[in-house]
Amino acid sequence: MKILVLIGNVPDTTTKIKFNADHTAFDASGVQWIINPWDELALTRALELKEAYGAKVEKIVVANVGRSETEATLRKALAVGADEAIRIDADPLDAFFVASQLTAVAADYDLILAGIENADYNGTAVGGMLAEMLDRKSVSAVSGIDLEDDLLKISREIDGGSQQLTMSLPLLAVVQKGIAKEPRIPAMRGIMMARKKPLNVIAAADAEALTAFDHFELPPAKAACKMVEEDQAASLIRILHEEAKVL
Amino acid sequence: MSVLVYIENWDGKLKKLSYELASYGAQLAEKLQLPVKAVSLGKVDETILKSVGKYGIAEVLSDTNEAYNTLDNCAIAKALFAAAQKTNASIVVMANNNLGKAVSPRLAVKMKAGLVSAVQGLPISTEPFVVKKMVFTSKAFAQITIKSANKILTLAPNSFGLAEKNTDTTITAFDAGLSADDFATTVVSSNKVTGKVLLQDAEIVVSGGRGMKAADNWGQLEELAEILGAGTACSRPVSDEGWRPHAEHVGQTGKIIAPNLYFAFGISGAIQHLGGVSSSKVIVAVNKDPEAPIFEAADYGIVGDVFKVLPQFIEAVKELKA
Repeated sequence: MKILVLIGNVPDTTTKIKFNADHTAFDASGVQWIINPWDELALTRALELKEAYGAKVEKIVVANVGRSETEATLRKALAVGADEAIRIDADPLDAFFVASQLTAVAADYDLILAGIENADYNGTAVGGMLAEMLDRKSVSAVSGIDLEDDLLKISREIDGGSQQLTMSLPLLAVVQKGIAKEPRIPAMRGIMMARKKPLNVIAAADAEALTAFDHFELPPAKAACKMVEEDQAASLIRILHEEAKVL
Repeated sequence: MSVLVYIENWDGKLKKLSYELASYGAQLAEKLQLPVKAVSLGKVDETILKSVGKYGIAEVLSDTNEAYNTLDNCAIAKALFAAAQKTNASIVVMANNNLGKAVSPRLAVKMKAGLVSAVQGLPISTEPFVVKKMVFTSKAFAQITIKSANKILTLAPNSFGLAEKNTDTTITAFDAGLSADDFATTVVSSNKVTGKVLLQDAEIVVSGGRGMKAADNWGQLEELAEILGAGTACSRPVSDEGWRPHAEHVGQTGKIIAPNLYFAFGISGAIQHLGGVSSSKVIVAVNKDPEAPIFEAADYGIVGDVFKVLPQFIEAVKELKA
C-alpha cells in the first residue's frame, strides 16, 4: 500500500498576522513556516501505520503545491519519516486550483490523507475536491484509522456523535484531532537522512482558481476586560443577563 | 437559476441548523431575486419538512432513501448535484459542520462552483459576488470573490440566526437516482450523544482547562452547562490528558467555535486556544493568574479560584431562571 499525505505550508500558529499596505495580501516577512497542524497529524498516523504493519505500507509520500520556499516544510516531513516528497511548483491560489494540480500525482496512491482544515485561510476543501476529481471514495472528520486485512477500520466524528466504519481502498481520508497524538520532532539523524531523500519538483499544470482573496482586515481591538471580584461572582451573571444580554 | 439549501435531518427530525440555513438561503435569494428551494435526503415526514416554510422556503425536494443515513460522502454529494440540476441551482447553501465540510468540496467539483466555507453573513456584494470569512484561525477577516457562475457557501451553525418569513411550502418527491453501489460506507456502530447540547450547535459553551486540575472535577462545570443549556468544551492539555474526549477540544487542531457566550474556567489562553474561540460574542474568563493571556481576549473576568466561582455562578443562574 502506498500512502500520500497532503501537506500545507502555513505560518507558525503563534505568528502575529499582518498584511501589506493596501490589505490585499498576507505579509510573510519574518514568518516561520510549519506543516499545517492537521496535516502533521495525518503524517504522524501514516508513519505509525508503516511502523505497525511493516512491508504492507510500501511507502509514504508527502506532496504540496507551493514555491521553492515551501521546501523546508517538506524536508521537515521527510525528516520525521516520509520517504519522498513532491512539490508542484505554483502558488496555491485556492482549493480548486490546488486539488486540480494534485490530480497529476495522486492517482497512484491507495490511501490519501489530508488534514480537515488549513491554519492559514481556513479552507477545508482540498481533500474532498481531490477525491471527487479522482472519482474516489472519501470519508471525512476521521479521528482513527487502522488496517484490517484489505479493509480500513475508520472512526469518524459525525454531527452528534461518532461512528466506526469499514471502507475499502482506494480511499481519501480527511483527518482531524484524535487520529494521532503528538506530532514527531525531527531528530538529527532524520534531518541528515532527509537531505538524501527525493524531493521531486513538478511543473504546474493549467488550472484555474474559482475564488480570490481580495482584502484582509484585522478584527477591531477588544475593549479592556471588565473585572469582577471573586466573591461577587453572582453579580457577573446579572451583568451577562442585563448588560451583555447573552443570558 | 435558483438558490438551493441542503437541510439536514437526524432520526427523522430536521436539525436546528436547517432552519438557520433556510433563513439564510431565503434572504440570499431575495437579495439576488432568485427563487429558493431546499433539498432533504433521508426519511423525514412531510409535516416536518413543511416547517421550513416559516423561514421562507417555498419548495422542498425530498428523497426518502434511508441509505443516506450512512452519511456516505460520495452518495450525498451525488444526490445534491442531482437536486441542484433539477432546481437549476446556481448557489447551494449548507452547514459548515462535519457533513457539510465532507460533501461541499465534492459538490463544488461536480458543479464547478467556487466554494467558501464558514461565510459570515450575507454577501457584501453580489456583483461581483463577495463574501466575508475569518482566516488565520480567527486572527483576521478576509473578503473573498467567487468568480465562477456557480457558487457554494457553507455557514457556521449559530452565525446567522433565524429570520421568519411565512411561506406556503410544497413538498416534491425526488429521486436522486442513486443505486446501492453509490453507498460505500459501512457503518459498524454508532455512538450518538444524547441529552446533551452539541458543541457545534451550542449558543453557550462552558469550557475547562488545566486549572480544573483533574478529570473528577468536572461535576460543577457540567452542572452549570446543564442549567444554561450549554455545550461543554475543553482546552488542549485537558483532552491530551484524557480528562475529556477529543471531540470537546476547542482551539488550534481542535474545533473552532463562535458561540454567543463562552465561559473559560482555568484556561490560561494560549494563542492556539484563543484562535478557536475568539469569534465568540462574549467571553468570560475565570483564572487564578491575573497575568493569564485569556484576560486580554475576555470581555469579563474574575481573578480567582474556579471552585469558588462555579457554585456562585450555578446559584445565580438558578435564581435567574427561576
